[in-house]
Amino acid sequence: MAAAPPALRRLLLFSLLLLASVAAAAEGEEEEEFTEELLLRPLPDRKALAHFHFRSSAPPSAAAGRHHHVFPKAIAQLVQQFHISELELSFTQGRWNYEQWGGYDPMSTNYAKPPGVELWAAFDLPLDEIDATWKNLTHTLSGLFCASINFLESSTAFSAPRWGFKLNEDNLRYGALPREAVCTENLTPWLKLLPCRDKAGIASLLYRPSIYKGYYHSQKLKLTSSQSFGIIIDQTLTVVLQPDNFRGQQLHSTDGQLQPSWSMKDLFNRKLSGKCRVSKSSRVFLEIEKDIVDKSGTEVSWTNELFVLSTAPDRVLKELNNMDAQSSSLYEYDVSNYNNDKPLDVGITWKLPLIWSCTPAPYHANRFLMGSGNERGSIALSFRSTNLHKQLFGNSNDCSIKAVVFQVVPWYVKVYYHSLQIFIDGNSKAISELVDKIHVTPSEDKHLPGTLEMLLRLPCSMESATLSLDFDKGFLHIDEYPPDANQGFDIPSALVTFPEFNSSRSYPETDTLSVSRLLQTFKEDGVVKSYTEVLLVPLTTPDFSMPYNVITFTCTVLALYFGSLLNALRRRIGEEERELKKAATKRGLIPLLIAKLRGKKVDPPPQGSSPTSLLSTKLLLKVVFVVVVAVSFHYLSNS
Amino acid sequence: MTNNMAAKPNGTYTNFGINTVGIIRAPRGDGKEAIVLVTPYNSQKVTPNELLSLALGFSVFSLLSRAAWLSKDIVWLSADSQFGEYSAVSSWLNQYHNPMFLSHPVNLDTKIYGANQFLYKPDGTAEKAELMAFKRAGTMAAALIFKVGETRKYGDRDSVTMYAEASNGQMPNLDLLNVVHYLAVHRQGFRVNVETFNSLLSSSWLRVIAEVFQNLGSVLRKINPDWKLDVTVPDYVEGTANLASSMYNQALGVPTGSHGAFRDYQVDAVSLEFAPAFHLKNENAKSSFLLRGGRLTEGVVRSVNNLLEKFHQSFFLYFLTAPSKFISVGVYMIPFALLLAPLPIVAAALAGGSKTKGKLEDECKTKGNADDLQMEGGSWKWLKSARVLLIIQFWAVLVSLLPYYISQIPGAMPIQYAVIWAVLSITILIILYAMFGSPSRAGVEWKLLKATMITSITIGMGLMSIINFATAQLGALILIPMCLFSRPLRAQLEMNFLPRTVLLASNILLTVLGFPPAAFLIMKGLSKGSWTVDIVGDFWLWMEFLWEWSSATYLYVFLVHLPCWLLCIHVLLHPCYQPESKMKQE
Repeated sequence: MAAAPPALRRLLLFSLLLLASVAAAAEGEEEEEFTEELLLRPLPDRKALAHFHFRSSAPPSAAAGRHHHVFPKAIAQLVQQFHISELELSFTQGRWNYEQWGGYDPMSTNYAKPPGVELWAAFDLPLDEIDATWKNLTHTLSGLFCASINFLESSTAFSAPRWGFKLNEDNLRYGALPREAVCTENLTPWLKLLPCRDKAGIASLLYRPSIYKGYYHSQKLKLTSSQSFGIIIDQTLTVVLQPDNFRGQQLHSTDGQLQPSWSMKDLFNRKLSGKCRVSKSSRVFLEIEKDIVDKSGTEVSWTNELFVLSTAPDRVLKELNNMDAQSSSLYEYDVSNYNNDKPLDVGITWKLPLIWSCTPAPYHANRFLMGSGNERGSIALSFRSTNLHKQLFGNSNDCSIKAVVFQVVPWYVKVYYHSLQIFIDGNSKAISELVDKIHVTPSEDKHLPGTLEMLLRLPCSMESATLSLDFDKGFLHIDEYPPDANQGFDIPSALVTFPEFNSSRSYPETDTLSVSRLLQTFKEDGVVKSYTEVLLVPLTTPDFSMPYNVITFTCTVLALYFGSLLNALRRRIGEEERELKKAATKRGLIPLLIAKLRGKKVDPPPQGSSPTSLLSTKLLLKVVFVVVVAVSFHYLSNS
Repeated sequence: MTNNMAAKPNGTYTNFGINTVGIIRAPRGDGKEAIVLVTPYNSQKVTPNELLSLALGFSVFSLLSRAAWLSKDIVWLSADSQFGEYSAVSSWLNQYHNPMFLSHPVNLDTKIYGANQFLYKPDGTAEKAELMAFKRAGTMAAALIFKVGETRKYGDRDSVTMYAEASNGQMPNLDLLNVVHYLAVHRQGFRVNVETFNSLLSSSWLRVIAEVFQNLGSVLRKINPDWKLDVTVPDYVEGTANLASSMYNQALGVPTGSHGAFRDYQVDAVSLEFAPAFHLKNENAKSSFLLRGGRLTEGVVRSVNNLLEKFHQSFFLYFLTAPSKFISVGVYMIPFALLLAPLPIVAAALAGGSKTKGKLEDECKTKGNADDLQMEGGSWKWLKSARVLLIIQFWAVLVSLLPYYISQIPGAMPIQYAVIWAVLSITILIILYAMFGSPSRAGVEWKLLKATMITSITIGMGLMSIINFATAQLGALILIPMCLFSRPLRAQLEMNFLPRTVLLASNILLTVLGFPPAAFLIMKGLSKGSWTVDIVGDFWLWMEFLWEWSSATYLYVFLVHLPCWLLCIHVLLHPCYQPESKMKQE
């Protein structure tokens, strides 16, 4: 390089300078950002909720598309390749308990997901390219997350809801795989997207045996991309854990103690020793429900007569709520203040036995199957009022509550949508009375699943409502059966949305610089949603070993047929007759002897059947003789 | 959660039975499937053994509520059995599968209807309104019913009796029985029994047969030690008694317990009745029993819980000869097929013989002119016998429907009902004959009549073997010899003495055995050893019982067995000559 001409050297220097200045400019306006947060919350049924929230964002720059500092390259490429405007992928194990863990807070509306995999994506593409892009996307995600998301590729597996799931311009596709098992193999690629993986920071708490021991486990990836603010990925992991008490045993209702005291060490078997270096902010929140705050009185301190926290919080946040005086409170800890020598171990110790309850959704939605047999059945969706509207809107009884039902049904469950019946408090009601808007996409055999989007208007005064839909069970072709077909077939969860209820929570912002991304998401879209159960429909299944039996049987018959045919073909009758004659002329030894003894001349045998019959009786005698000898020998040798 | 069922013995007051149901949500499961545990108890009169079974149920339930390994939900139903175990369980199942959404039940006059009330988890936090709802837990994978029965006086070990037969001979998958048997015997040291015929256990003729088999087996074993064909006498006798009981219970078509209610919804279920060998006041023995019984139940729950698919493949068709031994469908089909196979051939031979040879070579030696007949009927002669068959079938349908109307008559003794039934049946038969002409007057050839009869029972047996195999097999044992031996009594006159006597004796014996009430009497006498006169009333009660349980055996008895028996009688009493009156008319 020393021999390089000075002109070139000057050029190089200049270009380097230019690059540096460009980089500096980019840093000045916006840069890639990573934040990590953890929210802990005690639950009424002696469990604890932990919600991990990691956000990475990349600025919207055409040049920055290739090189990233903390933002995962795989995701950026994915967004570019498939022109995704929004995407949400969740892996869930277990069920969110809407009755005990609440149904009217940001956690249950946004992070309670149906069991298995749920994927939806909105594309920024012309309508005719969307289906093809969706198929490619499922394969890419399948590879990226080590899951069988590629099963969503088939047109029987996904649907295009218009307004029942999320309002869109026909550019959204939705698919769910209720049977997908979720385990560490899905968590590892998910962690790979984080800049520190699980080596440092809040993610280091993710000790596998404890998080997979929980009662609910939902890992989610939400991706939003736009020209104005770039790409944002929210990676969340929501787990509900049963804290181990100090004896290493789980607390049970019969043990007499109401609430277990726990800390991060009990939940995760780890303590938090510092933040991930590249993260912009790293915080831990402990949330105390509104119901407890009500009971503890007006003062919100970290040590009061009900409970005491293990560490003094850096900040206490109170929800801004105009409807109620009391609201839930958050205790904030900044992880950057802690290190290896002084690890953070947030915990709560109860001083008094306490019973509280979470705010439920306006209706508990349950879904179940009716009927038996392999021919037909019905799906029933029941709503039970929790009387939430009375608390929120007062005791007026002539109001009505909107509820949107979104349901995808696989094609082999042939739903007759005309058979929709609605019962309110035990009385049959006309559909026109309650259904404001309905959109049905009927299923097409082996091609399209059925989709039902329905806007209901339920009267406030009602206690319970039931919707029922009849269906016929279809027959599948033998190669359409999935593995373990005898378990039955799943109908994915239905989604019930209550658009008039909003669970978003806003917290006062102290400084605009270090605003918490987690609390920001709490403020965003918070329409109350709840998922129903996955249903299992037993369908007729053939005996799959039958083809094997048939093959064996057919082959036996064919072998016998061809064997006898070949035998008949290769036989030469004339030759055989001659052989037979030759054998007939050959006399046996004993008759020969007898004849000699009698002094008779051995004459040629007369033509006819007598020699053969003689031969066969002789053969029979011989066989009988051998058998008798064998049997007697055996008998004697054994006794 | 509880489930009330109301039973109305009469119109004035209502009794309620309360089923209490608890559901454990599997912590990590998706709630698609559930395992049901049932403990029946009588809420009006709780006996110590029922208390013990409730205790067993509760201890298993509370143990499972802390189990982290569950992947299917657990439902514990303590069924109020004051109106019978079956009705309690079936009303809950009915409400689970076919709920009524209209709050005022339209059919209030039906015997049992369901309504819901409260109670749920041990947590006190749940609200009452929430508890009012009927809780569900997905598709049922299997059900286990267990109860503690009476103490056995002379037993060294606690024993468990398995009951598995559901309605119309349906059985749960054999794997479920095998799991229960393995865990009970090899893990918990219970003695496992299945139902058996005790009268057979002590019968001497069975013992003689068993000894013959044993001797034969031991001789064969000496010839080749690899042939393990010898069966010891007790094994043989016990196996036969178990097999007979298993076949009888399947043939009867009435469930042997509340597991039958589950089978109606395609759920595999088995009932276990524990018979403790200790006195129920013995606390130590009781706790050890709870431990072992609980472990057995937990083991079964674990086994079912760990299955991804529900029980399937073909092990639904079997007879039990011991708790761990069975006769599979592949084996027991063979004798039945062999019994049934000659029937079409015999029918074809009879029909063909009568067609080609004509009446002249008939053993009846008819006096009529063959040419006349040939001209009159030709190859369509069989239509006459088919008409007879149709009339008799029609009569059989009427007879089978009669009990429904007779039972509407209030306040009569069973024996009175039975007499009314018999009288009405005979009257109907006479009326039908008067209307359509009796077979003896219609001039039907007996060979054709027999051929038609054999054809009809072949079809009847074939259909019945699909519906309830055991019934068909037991029925075939009586019906097929009866049909094949039947020959007009007059035709027998011309035979030699020995074959004639044998034929006559077998004809009379089989015809008596083939008459359902007579068969019932003999069976009852054999099984109980007491020969009472009130057999007619008993028969009525038995038929009513079959009717109530909607057993297919009832249909078999009246639509296959009875017409065949009547046709047999017709064949036996066949005049063997053309009616003179008819000939004269021509």
